[in-house]
Amino acid sequence: MSYFLQQLINGLTLGAIYALIALGYTMVYGIIGMINFAHGEIYMIGAFVSLTTFFVLGAVGVTWVPLALVLVLIAAMGFTAVYGWTVERIAYRPLRGSFRLAPLISAIGMSIFLQNYVQLLQGARVKSLPPVIHGGFQLMESNGFVVQLSYLQIMIMTLTIALMAGFSIMIAATPLGRAQRACEQDMTMAALLGINVDRTISTTFVIGALLAAVAGTMVTLYYGVIDFFIGFLAGIKAFTAAVLGGIGSLPGAVLGGFVIGLIEAFWSGYFNAAYKDVAVFGILILVLIFRPSGLLGRPEVEKV
Amino acid sequence: MPGAPLLGVEELTMRFGGLLAVDQLSFTAYAREITAIIGPNGAGKTTVFNCLTGFYRPSAGRLALHRQEGVLPLERMEGYRIARDGGVARTFQNIRLFAGMTVLENLIVAQHQPLMRASLYTFGGLLGLSGYRAAERAAVEKARYWLDRIALSDSADREAGTLPYGAQRRLEIARAMCTDPLLLCLDEPAAGLNPRESADLNQLLLAIRAQHGVGILLIEHDMNVVMGISDHIVVLDYGKKIADGAPAEIRSDPAVIKAYLGEPET
Amino acid sequence: MPLKGLAKDSALAAFVALILAIPLVGLNTVERDGRIVVETRFSWVAIAVVAVFVGRLLLGLVPRRQKQATDKRPLAALLDKHARALGWCSLAGLVIWPFLPFSSTYLVDLASNILTYILLGWGLNIVVGLAGLLNLGYAGFYAVGAYTFGIAAQSFGLGFWEALPLAGLLAAAVGILLGFPVLRLRGDYLAIVTLGFGEIIRIILINWSSVTGGPNGINDIPRPTFFGLPLTARAAGGGETFAQFFGLSYSPQHRIVFLYFVVLGLALATNVITLRLRRLPIGRAWEALREDEIACRALGINPTSVKLSAFAIGALFAGFAGAFFATRQNFISPESFGFQESATVLAIVVLGGMGSQLGIVLAAVVLVTLPEFGRDFAQFRMLLFGAAMVAIMVWRPRGLLSLRAPSIRLAPSSERR
Repeated sequence: MSYFLQQLINGLTLGAIYALIALGYTMVYGIIGMINFAHGEIYMIGAFVSLTTFFVLGAVGVTWVPLALVLVLIAAMGFTAVYGWTVERIAYRPLRGSFRLAPLISAIGMSIFLQNYVQLLQGARVKSLPPVIHGGFQLMESNGFVVQLSYLQIMIMTLTIALMAGFSIMIAATPLGRAQRACEQDMTMAALLGINVDRTISTTFVIGALLAAVAGTMVTLYYGVIDFFIGFLAGIKAFTAAVLGGIGSLPGAVLGGFVIGLIEAFWSGYFNAAYKDVAVFGILILVLIFRPSGLLGRPEVEKV
Repeated sequence: MPGAPLLGVEELTMRFGGLLAVDQLSFTAYAREITAIIGPNGAGKTTVFNCLTGFYRPSAGRLALHRQEGVLPLERMEGYRIARDGGVARTFQNIRLFAGMTVLENLIVAQHQPLMRASLYTFGGLLGLSGYRAAERAAVEKARYWLDRIALSDSADREAGTLPYGAQRRLEIARAMCTDPLLLCLDEPAAGLNPRESADLNQLLLAIRAQHGVGILLIEHDMNVVMGISDHIVVLDYGKKIADGAPAEIRSDPAVIKAYLGEPET
Repeated sequence: MPLKGLAKDSALAAFVALILAIPLVGLNTVERDGRIVVETRFSWVAIAVVAVFVGRLLLGLVPRRQKQATDKRPLAALLDKHARALGWCSLAGLVIWPFLPFSSTYLVDLASNILTYILLGWGLNIVVGLAGLLNLGYAGFYAVGAYTFGIAAQSFGLGFWEALPLAGLLAAAVGILLGFPVLRLRGDYLAIVTLGFGEIIRIILINWSSVTGGPNGINDIPRPTFFGLPLTARAAGGGETFAQFFGLSYSPQHRIVFLYFVVLGLALATNVITLRLRRLPIGRAWEALREDEIACRALGINPTSVKLSAFAIGALFAGFAGAFFATRQNFISPESFGFQESATVLAIVVLGGMGSQLGIVLAAVVLVTLPEFGRDFAQFRMLLFGAAMVAIMVWRPRGLLSLRAPSIRLAPSSERR
C-alpha cells in the first residue's frame, strides 16, 4: 500500500512537470494549428539556464534558498522566453501560409539546431546540481517502507496548479485571452477586426516558453542532473499528454500531463522500467488511433 | 428528355453540434438532366454536396444512387468509394487541382483506377508488361480529347497551378469527367468567371450532358448559368427545401423571391 | 530596405542575440578541482552579437527575389535539360571511380558511405518527397534491415545475398504493420508517431538482449561473396577464395572495392525502380496525394492504401541499406539507429529538394564529406543541418535544386521551346 502511495506521489510530481510543458504545446497548437517541435528544446534550455543561474548565485553569495529560487525562476523564465520568441520569429512566422510540411520541417530543423547548440556550448556530458531544497513529510510507514512527500514535490504540484489556474483565468477574461481565442477560431477575421495577430501568436509562444522554463527549473531541482537531450524525450511525452488530454484544451493538457506522469511512475514501479517510454509512446499511438480528440477535446470537423 | 431517377435524396439531415445545417431535404435528380441547387449563402448547399460525396456522414436520411447494377446507399459509403464505385465525381468551391503537377498529369491521375488495373496493381507495370503501356496510351488519348474540349491542348505540359483562373476551373471539370462518372457534381463552377467565360461554361455543360449522358448536379449563384441550362432547380434556405421545379416556375415562386430578396416593406 | 531602418533592425537583432547568448554562450559551469565553478566567455558573446548584427545587415542588403509565377531556376532547368546525358556520365564516372589513378581505399570507402546515404535518401524521398508524408523514424526501418541480417547470420548462418531480400521484405512488413494504424493521421501527428516508432524500435534493440545482443549489438557479420567466392585471404573449410580463382594476390582492397560495387548496384536498382514507379499510376497517386489528399478522395483514390504503399516501399529500400550497412561495418549496435540518423537522412531529402533524385545525390555528397574535412566540421555537422533545414524552408522550400520533371509529357521535350 505504501509503495503504491509513493508511486502515486512520484507520478503526480512527474505529471506536473509534463503538464507544464504540455500547456505550451496545446496553446501553440490551438492558435496556429501546428506542433512546435522545438518546444522540448525550449524546456531543456530553461533547465540549463536555471542550473547556471543557481551556480552564479552561489558564486556571488546568494544562499538564502527562497530568494535564490525566485531569482532563478525569473532568470530562467526571462531568458527562455526570449528563446521562445526568437524561435517563432525565425522558424515559424515566415512560413505562415506555406505548404503544410514546411513549418513542420523547419521546426524539426530548429529542434536539431538547438540540441546541438546547447551540446556544443555546454558540453555533451550531464551537469548536476546539488540538492537545494531539502526535507519533507513522512506520511506513513508499512512493512518498513516509508512514504515520503518532499517539500519540493509539494512545490512543483502547487506551482503547476496555480499556473494553470492563472492562465485559464487569463484566457477567459483578459483581452489577450480573447485575442487568442479569436485567432484560434478565424485568424483572417481577427486580423480584419484589428487584432494584432502577429503579436498574439508571439505572446502565445512566449507564454509557452515561460511555462517550459518553470518545468525546466523544477526538473533541475528535482532530478539534479540535466543534459542537452532531455528535451527530446520530455517533448514527446508532453506532446502525448497534450494529445491525450485533447489538443487545444488547457485543462486537457494538465489532465493529460498528470495521467502520463502516473502511467510512467506506475509502469517503472511495477513493471520493467526499461520499457516505460515504450508504454508512453504506446499510449500516444492508441489515443491517436481510437480517440484522436483526446479526453477533453472536441472532434475536429474537416473543412472541405 | 428526362431519364430515370439517378440520385434520390430522402430526408437528408446534417447536424453539427447544435447547428442544423440540412433539415430533412428530399429531392430527386434525374439521369441526363442538369439539376441546380440554389439558395442564399449559408443555406447548406455545399453541406449537401459533402454528404453526397462522403466528406460528411449524414446525421439522418438516405442518399440512393441508382446504377445499372442496383442502388448504392451513399450515406453509408466511404468518400473515395463513392467516387470509385458509385461514379460520382465532383469539383470544389475553392479549386482543388494538383497544382504542382502538369495539366496532363492531372487528367491522367483521374484515370487512376483503370490504369492501376492495367498495371496489375503496379507489378505488371514494374516488369514492363505491355498491357500497361497500351492502357497509358489510351489514357493519354482520353486526356487529349478533354484538353481539346476545354481548349487547353497547348498547355498540357504546364504546371496546373500556373493556369489562369478560368482555365483552372475548366480543368477541374475535365478532370472530373476523366473518371467517366455517372453523376457530376459541380460546386459553383461559374464563380469568378466573366460573362463570356460563363457562356462558354454553359456550352460545355450542355455538351457534356448531351454527349456523355451524365447527370449533372450544380450548385450555383450565377443566375444566367442556372436559368440558362438547368432542367430542374431545387431551392434551399436555412437547410430546408423551399421550392422544387422547372426554371420558369422557380423564377416566379414567391417563397424563392422572399428568401433572396426579403419581403417588400409595406 | 532603407538603410536607417535596416540599421535599427540589425541593432535590435544584435540586442536579442545578446540576451540569448548570455546564459548559454557567455556562461558555462565546469568542474575544477572537484568543485563546480562558473566560467565566463564574454568574448564569445561579443563575437556572436557582432556576427548577428553584420549578418542581419548583409541579409537586408541582398535584394529580395521576387516570387514569380513560373519560378525559373536557370541552373536547375539546365540540369533538367541534360538530365539523361548527365545521368550516363555520372554512371560511367561511378563505375570507374575505384580504378582512377588518384583513387585509394579511403576514397572508395568514402564513396560507399555516400552511396549508402544516397540509397537511404532515395528511399525516404518516396515517403517524404513524393507522397508528402513526414516520417521521422526512418532509421527504424534501417535498423530492421541491419538486424534482420545480423540475427539471420548469427542464428541461421545466412550469407549477405540470402539475407538481403529478407532484410528488405521484413523492413517493408514492419513498415506496413506500423503504417496501417497511423496513416490516417494528419501531417504533424504522423510525424510525431513515426518519431515514437523510431524510438520504440531503438529501445527494443537495446533491451531485448537475448535476440539483438543489447547495447553491444551483433558482431562478426559476414561479408558478401562474389558468386560464392569469399574475398578473404583464406577460405573457411578450404574452398577457393576470390583472389585464388582469378589468379590475383590477395589484397584487402578487393573487398573494399567489391562492397563499393554492391552498394552502387543497390543504389542504381533503387533509382531505376523509383523512376519507373513515378511513371506508374501508383507513383502519380503518391504525388497527387502530396498535392491534395481531398482531391484524391474525390477521384476515387484510396488515400490509406496509397500512403501504405509509399511507406512500405520506402521501408524496403531502408531495409536493403541496413543489410549493406551491417555487412560493410561487420558489426551493428543500436547506437547507429537513433533519431540522429533519421534526422540526417531527412536533412538530405529536404536539402536536396523533396522529390528530386539528383538533388538528393548532391545533398548526400555534401553532408557526408563535410565532416571529413576536419574535426571542427564533424562537430558542427548536426548544428549546420538543423540550421540549413530551417533556412531552406524559409528561403527555398522546394529545395536547392528542385525542379519537378513531369512524369509524362504530351509534347516530347525536344519540341518545347
